[in-house]
Parts: sequence; C-alpha cells; structure tokens
Amino acid sequence: MVNAAPILMDTPSSAPAKSSAYKPTVRLSPASVPSAPVPGAAAAPMGETLVDISHLDFFYNTSQALHDINLKIEAKNVTAFIGPSGCGKSTLLRCLNRMNDLIDGTRVARGTIKIHGVDIYQPDVDVIELRKRVGMVFQKSNPFPKSIYENITFGLRLQGMNDPAKLDEIVEKSLRGAALWDEVKDRLGASGMGLSGGQQQRLCIARAIAVEPEVILMDEPCSALDPVATAKVEELIQELRSRFTIIIVTHNMQQAARCSDKTAFFYLGKLIEFADTRDIFTKPANAQTEAYVSGRFG
Amino acid sequence: MSAPTAHLFQSQPNAARRSERATFWLFRSATYLVLACGLAVFGTIFFKGAGTVFKAEAPFINTTFFTDAPESLYLFEFEGKKYEMGDREFRAFKEKHPAAATVKSESYVYSAGGIFPCIVGTVLLVVGSMTIALVLGVCAAIYLNEYARDGLFIRFVRLAILNLAGVPSIVFGLFGFGMFVIYFGWNVSLLAGWFTLAFMVLPVVITASEESLKAVPKGFREGSLALGATKWQTIRLNVVPYALPGILTSSILGIARVAGETAPIMFTAAYVVRDKLPWDVAKAGDFFLQGVMALPYHIYVVSSKIPQNEYTERVQYGTAFVFLLVVAFIAASSIILRNKLRSRYKW
Repeated sequence: MVNAAPILMDTPSSAPAKSSAYKPTVRLSPASVPSAPVPGAAAAPMGETLVDISHLDFFYNTSQALHDINLKIEAKNVTAFIGPSGCGKSTLLRCLNRMNDLIDGTRVARGTIKIHGVDIYQPDVDVIELRKRVGMVFQKSNPFPKSIYENITFGLRLQGMNDPAKLDEIVEKSLRGAALWDEVKDRLGASGMGLSGGQQQRLCIARAIAVEPEVILMDEPCSALDPVATAKVEELIQELRSRFTIIIVTHNMQQAARCSDKTAFFYLGKLIEFADTRDIFTKPANAQTEAYVSGRFG
Repeated sequence: MSAPTAHLFQSQPNAARRSERATFWLFRSATYLVLACGLAVFGTIFFKGAGTVFKAEAPFINTTFFTDAPESLYLFEFEGKKYEMGDREFRAFKEKHPAAATVKSESYVYSAGGIFPCIVGTVLLVVGSMTIALVLGVCAAIYLNEYARDGLFIRFVRLAILNLAGVPSIVFGLFGFGMFVIYFGWNVSLLAGWFTLAFMVLPVVITASEESLKAVPKGFREGSLALGATKWQTIRLNVVPYALPGILTSSILGIARVAGETAPIMFTAAYVVRDKLPWDVAKAGDFFLQGVMALPYHIYVVSSKIPQNEYTERVQYGTAFVFLLVVAFIAASSIILRNKLRSRYKW
C-alpha cells in the first residue's frame, strides 16, 4: 500500500500547504504572472469566495445524485474534485455552468450555487452569459472539425468579434497560453481533428481561454491522455492558475495532489471532506477520505 | 499407400462441417441469384436500349434521341422503296414528292424523335421535389432530434412518419390530385407534382436526417454550448454542417425513388405529350403551373399504350436506358457533393 505522503514529496509541482500556496508561481515565466503575490500574504487565501455552493441537492429524475453539498471555491485557485466513479463530482462540476440543463429530467431540488453572489439557478439567469464566464474542458477532447484557427475564434465570433487583426492576436495569445503555439503556428489552417490527443486537449483549453472566462471547469481533462501529454496539461494548469479559477475533476489522485490547492473528496453524492490539498493527502480528517487517498478503496 | 499420419488437429469430416459447407453454399447461391437478377434487368435494358442511344458512326451517340421531342413513326412504301420516318420528316418528304401525298402509311405514335421533354421534366421534378423534401425534412428532423422532448406527442409524430413511409405511392398520387390539383386549384402542374413527390420521400429524408444528426458526437454540441453559443447557433454552426453528408447520402436514395415513381405524378404533374418545353411560358409564374412530360410516365405510356413490335421497341428500351442514365447522373452528382462536404468536415 502506497502512502500518499511520498507522492507529494516526489512531485515538485505538488500543491504545497497554504503557508506557501503560491510558491509554484515562482516556476513560471515572469510574463505569465501579472502580479507576484506578496510573501506572507498567502496565509490569507488569494481569492475571495467566487463560487459558493450551499445545501445543494441534485436529482436525475428520481435518483438523487448530490446530497446537501456545501462548498466555497476561491478565486484564482485550483480546486480538485476527487472520488470514486459515480460519486457526483462530474455532476457537481456540470452544475456550475449548467451543462446539466441539457439532460432531460435533471433538477436542482434544493440549495443554491452562487457565482459572484448571484444564484445561477434563478430564473432570470441567461445561461449563455453564464457559460461565457464559466468555460469548460471536457473529458474527451472535442475540437470542432474545423481549422485550428476557427476552433479558437469560434467563441469570439459568437460574441460578434470580427476584426481579423484582433482575432489573430487572440488566437496567438490563447495558443501560447495553452502552450500549443510553437507546435501549431505553421498550420493554423489545418483541422483541429488532425492533432494528437494531448494537442487536441490543449486546443480545447486554448479555445476555452480565448473567450476569457473567469472560471475554467475541467472534467477529467487527462483521462484519455498518455503520461507525457498529461504532464503537459498539468504544467499548463499551473500556468493558468494565476489568471483563472480552475476546478478540475480527476480520477487520478496524484494529479489532484500535483495540481490543486484545495481538494474536495466526494463519496456517494456527498461531500466528505474539503480542505487544503496537502491536508487531504497527509492528514485527512475523515476516515473515508483517508481510506480513499491511501488506496484502500475506490 | 499409407494415410498421412493423423495429428492432434487432424480435420475429420463430420456433420457439423457438412452442414456448414451446405449452409454457406446456400447463402452464396442466394447472393449470386441476386446478382444474376440485377444483371438480367440492367443487361436487357442496356443491350436493347443501347441501339437507340448509341450509333456506329461518330459521334457514337444518337443525339437526336436526347434533343428531340417524341414524334409518330411512319412506315410506307414509295416507288418500290421502304421508308421509315418521323412525322416532321414525313411531311417534308411529302412536300418534296407530291406523289407521296396519298401514299398508304402505317404509323406508331411516340416511336420516332427523341425524349428531350421527358428528360427535362424528370430533372425538374427531381430537383424541385428534393428541394422541398430536404427543407421540410431537415427542419423537422432538427426539431425532433434537437429540440423536442420525448413525450406522447413526439411519439405520435414519429409513428405518423413511419406510417407515411408505408403508404403506397398511388395513394400519394390520389392525395396530391385531391389536395393540390383540385382543392388548391394548381391543376396538373409541376408544383403539384413537386409537393406530392416531396411528401412521398419526406419520411425517408426525416428518418435519415435524424440518424445523421444523432451521429454527430455530443462533444461538438457541448463544446459549442460551453463557449456560450445558443442552441440555435450550436445547431447551425456545429451540428448541421457535420450531418449534411449523411443527410445527402440518404437523399440519394430519395432521388432514385422520386425520379422513378410513376403513380404520384400520373395524376398531378405528368402529361402524355406536350409540345411546349417548360421554359416556353408567357410569364414566370406559369412555369410552376404547367404539366410536364416525365421519363417514368413516358415509359409507362410507350410500354402500355402502343403496340409492341420492332418499330416501337426502339423508344421503349431507349427511354428506359436513358432513364437509368439520368438517375445515375443525378445520384452521382449528389455523391460528389457529399464527398466534397465530407472531406471538408472530417471527424
């Protein structure tokens, strides 16, 4: 049985405890860090609460998928959702940009999800506006069968941006942001479907960040990728954390340990424990969490 | 001579093997029989029709058969020689040889000249009705597949579509006659034929379009919606373009059906014979309200309304042959269009 602690020690990019929460940004190129955090200020979390989930009950028809979820997600932080299959972590993620609306028979029976203090399930919310602010990267990379350039500009054109110079600029910026620019800059006109799996997923991330959302939801973004591509995407998450609030669902506990600042452990539709990633993996408060992160079940 | 030494996996004749061989031969001969039927049909039409369509000397194609209107064929003897000529030719001949004015002749209608008006009519009918069917069918399929929530009403709609597919074409013909020709007062016209044929292929187009829409991966829809696209933007930009090749594939089958059906147009759009070509109209609106000649109906007329003999066979098989060519041509162009679209959106 592998103890979780050595995993943390082995991986230099693993999320450290709160007291040094923003150390990883040191590894980044200066350009991608707009404002270096004041040392010591890290003790107080950078972000104020951006997403506030309270008493959330969620149903697929008559089966309850989420039970009384209470969770406060901080801005400009990476939050990981872990737990065994079917525990509701993806469901919760898809609640945050209301992608569950697409599935017949789903409903939020009780509770609220507030983003910037606004309940996103109240009737006068425009889901389109919500989804512009809350972007998503899917488990299966889904570039459109259009050119790489058109993939990136799709969201921008929807918003009515047509200035070619501006579009070019954002395409380059987004692809650089997704660490894909050097690989594709000579073939922006080629189909996005022609890229490798890892490149496709980074293209999807570039597509998501092109519209400058505040929150990026990632639903097991690496589950279909090989270790090298996974490492690239994880590296990318580290680079994006200073600009976006990232919420990542993952099956891979090492990944949660490596990438995230905070980790939420779900089991059977309930939030079992939510704490700093280091605490979850080294001194979980809950016996179930302990059993899961140490590999005894799940 | 010693038998080869039996090894562990030595094959042994047994009942299972024999029955397997017999079964496969049965399947194989069934397949060959189908092939033979196909060859017999196409072969007969090809060999008997080729004589009309092609000719021995350059340009090897009997162009007048494609470009002339049908005429009556006249057979007569004049000054000890036998002649076979079409109506116009015969009249010119009589003007040249006044003595021939009273010659006794045998005549067969439609057996000379060509079938140009029928080709034009069929192409017009196919293009018009497929356009109507595709517009209506794709819209309905989008509604059923993308918008409608499954419920009693939608199940009823689907059942109705299935039933529509089972309606015999003659019933569509009568429906078109009652609805468009008489009630709407369009008379026997292109418009009435278009709508009748369109309704006939509508179930095929709707079902196939729905299948094609279903085949578009969910990820494209989700990816688009997650970027802040509305549902309609998603469908328009990220679903329908990818489904189009599939929709076209299925409509190719529809084309063959629309081009080939005689029953729906015999009351609604087809004339036995018409001198004027469709574009000889006084005003543009009349274009839609005129009847046309059509290949399948012409085949019906020449094969059932005129005698069967060596003089009429020419037009009978020739028309069938040209008909196959026209359908193949229209289908081939939609296949090319589909392949173009397919290579544009590959996933």
